[in-house]
Amino acid sequence: MSAVERLVSRARRVRPEGFPWAAPTWPVSVDRAAPQRHLGADYDTEWTRRYPARLVRAVLLDNLTRPLAHIVASPEVRGGEILEFVEGPAIYVANHTSHVDTGLLLSVLPARVRHKTVVAAAADHFFDRRWKAHVWSLVLAAIPIERHKVNRKSAEDTAALLRDGWNLIIYPEGGRSHDGWFQAMRGGAAYLATRTGRPVVPVHIEGTYRIWPRGGKRLRRSPTRITFGSPITAAEGEDARRLEARIDTVLGVLADESRSDWWTARRRAGAGETPSARGPDASPWRRAWALGPDPHGADEDDETRWALNRE
Amino acid sequence: MSPRPGFVLEVDRSTPSTLFWHGEGYRLEKLPVGSRVLYAPEPVDALADPVGAIRRALDEPLGDAAPLRSQLRAGMQLTIAFDDVSLPLPPMRGPDIRQLVIEQVLELAAEAGVDDVVLIAALALHRRMTDAELRHALGDRIFDAFAPHGLLWQHDAEDPDQLVHLGLTEQGEDVEINKRAATSDLLVYVNINLVAMDGGHKSVATGLASYKSLRHHHNAHTMTQSRSFMDQHRSELHSSNWRMGQLIAASGVNVFQIETNLNTDTFPEQFRFLQRREWEWTTRDRATFLASSKALRATPDRVARSIFHSIRAPHKMSAVQAGEVEAVHARTTENVYAQQLLEVDGQSDILTMGLPYICPYNVNSIMNPILVACLGLGYFFNMYRGQPLVRAGGVVILSHPTPWAFHPGHHPSYIDFFEQVLAETTDPAEIGKYEESYATDPWYIHLYRTGNAYHGVHPFYMWYWCAHALEHVGAVIIVGGDRAAVRRLGFKPASSMADALEMASDVVGRDPSITHLHSPPLLMADVR
Repeated sequence: MSAVERLVSRARRVRPEGFPWAAPTWPVSVDRAAPQRHLGADYDTEWTRRYPARLVRAVLLDNLTRPLAHIVASPEVRGGEILEFVEGPAIYVANHTSHVDTGLLLSVLPARVRHKTVVAAAADHFFDRRWKAHVWSLVLAAIPIERHKVNRKSAEDTAALLRDGWNLIIYPEGGRSHDGWFQAMRGGAAYLATRTGRPVVPVHIEGTYRIWPRGGKRLRRSPTRITFGSPITAAEGEDARRLEARIDTVLGVLADESRSDWWTARRRAGAGETPSARGPDASPWRRAWALGPDPHGADEDDETRWALNRE
Repeated sequence: MSPRPGFVLEVDRSTPSTLFWHGEGYRLEKLPVGSRVLYAPEPVDALADPVGAIRRALDEPLGDAAPLRSQLRAGMQLTIAFDDVSLPLPPMRGPDIRQLVIEQVLELAAEAGVDDVVLIAALALHRRMTDAELRHALGDRIFDAFAPHGLLWQHDAEDPDQLVHLGLTEQGEDVEINKRAATSDLLVYVNINLVAMDGGHKSVATGLASYKSLRHHHNAHTMTQSRSFMDQHRSELHSSNWRMGQLIAASGVNVFQIETNLNTDTFPEQFRFLQRREWEWTTRDRATFLASSKALRATPDRVARSIFHSIRAPHKMSAVQAGEVEAVHARTTENVYAQQLLEVDGQSDILTMGLPYICPYNVNSIMNPILVACLGLGYFFNMYRGQPLVRAGGVVILSHPTPWAFHPGHHPSYIDFFEQVLAETTDPAEIGKYEESYATDPWYIHLYRTGNAYHGVHPFYMWYWCAHALEHVGAVIIVGGDRAAVRRLGFKPASSMADALEMASDVVGRDPSITHLHSPPLLMADVR
C-alpha cells in the first residue's frame, strides 16, 4: 500500500459522522421555534444603498449587465423619450415573464434613473437564503416584498425609499408568468403611488419569455421590445383600486402597441377593442398557441415549438 | 424573557446523543428510543441589586426576629458563622455571596460600635479551608481585617475548650456546638443555599457541631429514613436537625439566620454547552465540545483536574432572606423548589447519571471512589420528592472514571476506609462497628485539627449518605470506571453504556424503562 493510500485509508477511518460533528437533529416531540434569521421580508437592505455598494452595482450594471443584455436580448426601446419628462422618483410597473426582465429593464433606463433604482423582489424567493439576499440586494438593489400576505412594514419601507428619492421597479403580477400572458395584477404599485404621490411609469416587456421562461434551463438569444407608456399619477382623491385598474388598462394597450404600432393600439384603445393581454380563457395549449409565432422571427438554430411543424 | 421550565424528553429516533458528565470530561451517549431525559429548568434571573436586597433583608427580617440593626449595640459579643468551602459548587466568581452578605453585617456592626466580633467558618467535620479559599469566600477587606488578629476562626469539632454541651433533645440526641457561637449575644449565620437540604437549623446544628452531636443524625438509620433528605417533610435528617435547632434556640442562643438562594447558572460561557439541551447546541457549542473532549482525553489527570477546579461558576444571588431560622428557611426552600422542581410521571427501571468532577467534599481535590458513590447515590439519587426516580430493585448506572486515587492531605482516612472497611463489607449498617475507631483515631484528629484533612469519621458519613439508595436499588453499575475500584465499592463495572444496559437487563428484564438525570443545572424530580 502506498503512502498516499495509507493516508486516504486513515482519513476514511477517522471520518466523523453525525452529531456532534454535524448539527443536531431535533427530537420529534420538541416544538422548534422559528429561528430569528433576519431573512425574507426582515432582511435589512440599507447597506446596499450606501456608496460603496452603489459603486459596485454601477460598475456591474454598466460593464456586465448592460452589454450582456444587449447581446442576449437586443432590446428595442419604444417611448423611452418619455422618461425625460419624469421628474423625481417614479414607480416603474412592468409585466413579468422572465428573470431577464429586471436586468434588461435596468439596462435600458437612463443612467440617472438606473443608478438610483431599487427593485421589488419576492421575499420568499430572493431573500430565503443569506447568500441570495446578499447577492440580489447588491447586484440589483433588490428589496424584499411579501407577495403572499400583506406586510405593512415592507410597504412602509418601500414608500420611505420613494420619498427618499429612489425609483422603484415593481412587477404587479407578483411573479413571472407561467405561459407568457399577463396574470392578474395586485394592488401594491397603485397603493404606493397613491400613498406617495409619485408617478407610475407603465412598461411592457416583450420577448423575454423566449429568452428564459419560467422553468427554463438555459438562456436563449432573442430580440426584445421594451415599450414605455406615459406616466400615470393618481388623481386627487383617487383610490388605489381605481388607479390599479388604470394601470392594468394601460399595460394592455402597451402590449397591443408592442405587437402592432402606437397608432393602431391607440385607435383600438379608443374604440375599446384592445385585445386582452391575459390571453384566451382556454386550455394551456390553446393559450400557448394564441401567443402566435415569434414576431421577430426565430433564430436559425432555435428549436422552438415550430420545429415540430416544420418537420 | 423568563427562564424556561424543566422538561422531560422522550427519546425518539431524531433525538441527538445525550451528554453525560464523566469526571473531568464528558461523553455523548445514545440512549434507547423511549428513554426519558430530565432537563432542568433554566437558571432563574439574578437580583439586579444584590447589595440593596441584602440591606432590605437585614432591615425587614422574617418571623419574629427584630431587624439586625436593632440587635447590635456597643459592648456586645457578635459571632458571624458562614458556610465553608463545600458551597457553592463549583466555587463562584468573586465577589462571593458570603463576602457580600458579611460586609453588610459588618457595616451595621461598625455603625453600632460592636468591637467583639469573631468570624467562624462552619466546617463541622470538613477540612479546614486554606487561606486562599477563605480570602476568596470573604474578600480581601474582611480577610485582612480579621485573619491577622486571630478573629477569623475555623470551627474545631475536636477542641473541648471550644465546645459547649447544651443538653439532650427529647429523643436523647446530644447537642454540642461551638462555645463562642453559643455564648455570643448574637450569632449571625450566613448560608448559601444550593439544594433544599442546605440551611435552616442544619446550619448551626450541623455546621458548628461536634462528632458527639453529629453522630445522632449522620448514620445509616437516619439516612434510610430520609426519603429523601431533600424533602424536609420526609427527612429524618431534617427532623433531627430541627429538634437540635429548637433546643439550641431554647438554650438562649440568639440566631439571626441569613439565607441566600443562588441561581443554577453553573458554568461560564466557554462551557455553556454543558447546560444546554443537545439539539440546541450551536456550531460553537459543538466545536467547543469536540475540541475540549479531545484535548481532555490527551491531558494528564492531574492537569485536567486543575483545569476543571479552576472553573469559577457564574452563579448569581437570586434571593436573600434573613431573620428567624424557620421562617427564613421556609422562604428559602420555596425558592429552591421554584427553581429546581420538575414534575415526573412515575418511576423507571433504570436511572442513569453522568457524574461531574466535583462534589461538596472534593473542592480543589480528588474525587475518590467513595465520593463518586456519595455523589451518585447520596446526592443525585436523593434529588427527588415523592418517590425515587428508579423503582425499588431497579438499577442505577453512573458514568465516571472512578479512579483508585485519593488526596492524602484532604482524605487520609478515606484511604484506610477504602482499603480496610469496604474490603470487608459495603453494607452501611455493618460498617458502623468500625466508626468509633476512625472517629477517635488521634492521627486523623491531629490531621483534621492542624492540617486540611477531613475528619477520620467522614468516609463513613459518605457511605451512610448512600444507604437509602443501596437499600432501594437492585444493582449499581459504573460506566468507564476503574474496574478494581468499582468492584471494591460493591458495584459492577461496565466499559460502555451499551454494556451497562445489557448488564442491567439481568436485573430489570429485557425491556426496561430508562430515565436519565441531565445535570447541570441542578434539578429535583417531583415524582408522582
